[in-house]
Amino acid sequence: MKVKLTINGRQREADVEPRKTLLDTLREDFLLVGSHAGCEHGVCGACTVLIDGEPSRSCLMFAVQADGYEITTIEGLAPAPGELSVVQDAFCETHGLQCGYCTPGMILAGHALLERNDAPTREDIVEAISGNICRCTGYGQIVEAIEFAANRLRKANTPRGGRS
Amino acid sequence: MKPAPFDYVRPSSLAEVCEILAADEDARIIAGGQTLIPMLAMRLARPTRLVDILRLNDLRGIRAEADAVVIGAVTRQVEVERSEIVRRSLPLLTKALPWVGHPPTRNRGTVGGSIANADPSAEIPLVAVTLGAEIEIANPSDRMRMPADEFFIGPMLTSVMPGDCVCAVRFPVWTHKRIGTGFHEVSARQSDFAFVAAAAQVAIDEEGRCIEATLGLGGVGDRAIRIDVAPLLGKVPARAAITEVVRAATVDLEASSDLHATADYRRRVAVTLGTRALEDAFADAHSGNGALQ
Repeated sequence: MKVKLTINGRQREADVEPRKTLLDTLREDFLLVGSHAGCEHGVCGACTVLIDGEPSRSCLMFAVQADGYEITTIEGLAPAPGELSVVQDAFCETHGLQCGYCTPGMILAGHALLERNDAPTREDIVEAISGNICRCTGYGQIVEAIEFAANRLRKANTPRGGRS
Repeated sequence: MKPAPFDYVRPSSLAEVCEILAADEDARIIAGGQTLIPMLAMRLARPTRLVDILRLNDLRGIRAEADAVVIGAVTRQVEVERSEIVRRSLPLLTKALPWVGHPPTRNRGTVGGSIANADPSAEIPLVAVTLGAEIEIANPSDRMRMPADEFFIGPMLTSVMPGDCVCAVRFPVWTHKRIGTGFHEVSARQSDFAFVAAAAQVAIDEEGRCIEATLGLGGVGDRAIRIDVAPLLGKVPARAAITEVVRAATVDLEASSDLHATADYRRRVAVTLGTRALEDAFADAHSGNGALQ
């Protein structure tokens, strides 16, 4: 089936089987391999992308269902090539990652939270990333990274982190 | 690709959905897909065809009526969680929603999907049973309403016939002046499946006497059930009295056992959480925070 998708603000087209997930389509047809394949049945959150700005699991959606939405992947967050968004930078600064497998999903979950709420409590942050599993950090530095990013965003006199 | 091959169709009307389902008994409805897609990935389900109803606007939205709030089947759970209408008129549902899955699954998962899936530990079916909601169902020739406690018949089992489509859930709205709600749940991890969940709603008069009360339990047995709390009516119940009523009503409760929790454990937790949910509901009603109109 032919499907037209809007990914990181660009119109893309692919010919996919109905059973191909959005995740596999992003990775294989568009080489956007920042969305990671973890459990592939909706448990781990490594494949998180934003659908109309809201974190969603790209392994729990078929590409043929995804036309008409604004899809944002981790590749769409940086303001320019070679740069990092505020949230991405905060993860580096606070050591919010080790192996990095969960990181794109964590960053997108944090990014979406900060778009809605630039002064989240610790509980808000924990809830926002509760669907994402990390096996390295123990989550402490991830929460810290999002707090740090929130703080920077509140003080920054610039548009919010990146494009979406 | 993990799922077995299937065809994908996105009909433009409910009538068309019913026709396709009636003609092909191996076709399945998909909306948010947050439960169905894992089942496809594990090949526990192998439909010939997926019928996508997510964009049928007739099945979407939250509508306040005189004595009910009607939530369309493909309304996403996150929309219900953030809805002002629901917060005002169905505070119990607002309280239960944060327990449904995780934020990313609530962003895609739908109310009708949770209802049709009929997981015994699911929160939306529990609230539907607790409040005595009605499920609206369409088939090729008819559209009907069915009380929630007739709709759910067992684990992942409903009275929906092949060719039927769940269209909406009609939650009754209480018109009493002072209403309170309570919701409690125990699970292995945050947002995991409930071992036991308890949902309560009460109404009190000016003197604080209970004029209406309902308590529902989920996760305990093979479906959500409503517990008889009629002995509370007309009283200003204290904790001991509430515990007594809940204990008496759950003595013969059928509970399931699995790796995570024994039937005995579930029954004991049901009494504790049922009591807490009711206590919270009374406190909420007294404080006036739960007031509706």
